[in-house]
Amino acid sequence: MSELIVKELSCQRGYNVLFDGLSFSLSSGDILRISGANGSGKTSLLKILAGLNTPECGSVSFNQQQARTSEYQEAVFYLGHLPALSPELSCTENLNFLSRLHDNKGAAKTKGALLAIGLKGYEDEYAANLSAGQKRRVVLASLFINKAPIWLLDEPFTALDSDGIRILEEQINKHSDNGGICILTTHQECHLSNMKTLTL
Amino acid sequence: MAMRNPSSFLNPLLFFVIAISLFPLAISPEAHTLANIAPGVIWVTCMLAVLLSLNALFHTDYDNGVLEQMVISHHPLPLLILAKTTAHWLLTGLPIVLLSPLLGAALFLDSGSIGVLIATLLLGTPSLSLIGTIGASLIVGIKNSGMLLSLLILPLYTPILIFASSAISQSQYGLPTSAQLYFLASILTLSLMGSPFISSLALRTSLE
Repeated sequence: MSELIVKELSCQRGYNVLFDGLSFSLSSGDILRISGANGSGKTSLLKILAGLNTPECGSVSFNQQQARTSEYQEAVFYLGHLPALSPELSCTENLNFLSRLHDNKGAAKTKGALLAIGLKGYEDEYAANLSAGQKRRVVLASLFINKAPIWLLDEPFTALDSDGIRILEEQINKHSDNGGICILTTHQECHLSNMKTLTL
Repeated sequence: MAMRNPSSFLNPLLFFVIAISLFPLAISPEAHTLANIAPGVIWVTCMLAVLLSLNALFHTDYDNGVLEQMVISHHPLPLLILAKTTAHWLLTGLPIVLLSPLLGAALFLDSGSIGVLIATLLLGTPSLSLIGTIGASLIVGIKNSGMLLSLLILPLYTPILIFASSAISQSQYGLPTSAQLYFLASILTLSLMGSPFISSLALRTSLE
């Protein structure tokens, strides 16, 4: 049983304190939706959990490993607002790069992942030629390859059509059934089993 | 990847060639004068060419979010940065080294000095890339930061410029050049040891 523990976290942006003394813990299979108004610190919280930002005070740990240690970073997979695709690379090359960066030996699975996310026929298309929704799908295809137990998804449903949203929801449910943890932010309604909500 | 966007590495290289070929037109086509100013001209232009290319080192990766993924991956960040710097050198420093004999000959450097020129460029351009990476990682995320990068980096380049151009002029008078070359080599070793770590700290700070 693995557990993600967040203790007494606080975050400040400029002179604004976004949140203070935030504590929660999640265990295998949990899905947490972070909700809150624009500017309430949802993205900042995810960035802290991803090891990208340092909190003002407090700690984040997963299985006794602190954030920013190599073991912790191996366990998290973060998708931010930005597409994380290089425009000069094709979909397949982008996915291979992402999965190598996170050390998943999934290079052989990229074709299947692109197929599953509904991008058949776009394997060799340069990312520069894709629409916003298609770019989103390419990045989300890495969820089909990824073995990281913690997924941090920042607004994963933006730019997706209803079909894409359904595929993504299925994949998140599958991840939680397999004992993974998923933390996401969204303003849309979503149909996910055993989802908790945290309001900032 | 560079092949699909050739302007990223061809532009600085063309700048290097064109800027150098302007000097004979502006100063004098006389062999003696040109040979005198050649070391300085080639080295200053080489620095400016490297500086031009540094802006693109992290900018595109920052804009499309690939840099975030690199920072949070569990691979050591200094190693990833060193890989980027190596790629940068292969695309700017190495072509400059390969072109330099031609441009040296065009400025009437004798064959012995061309040899020294190549040696200084081989030892110097990797340092330019390494030190430049520190600057590039500091300014990532700042809009219109081209001028700021020059202000940060050019002062750090001066020791390289001094030792490299003095080595070439020494060799033109038949004097030994090993001291300057040793200095360039030690600068290279120092920047190779320091730059990836300093850059990774700078990059983490810039991304917060």
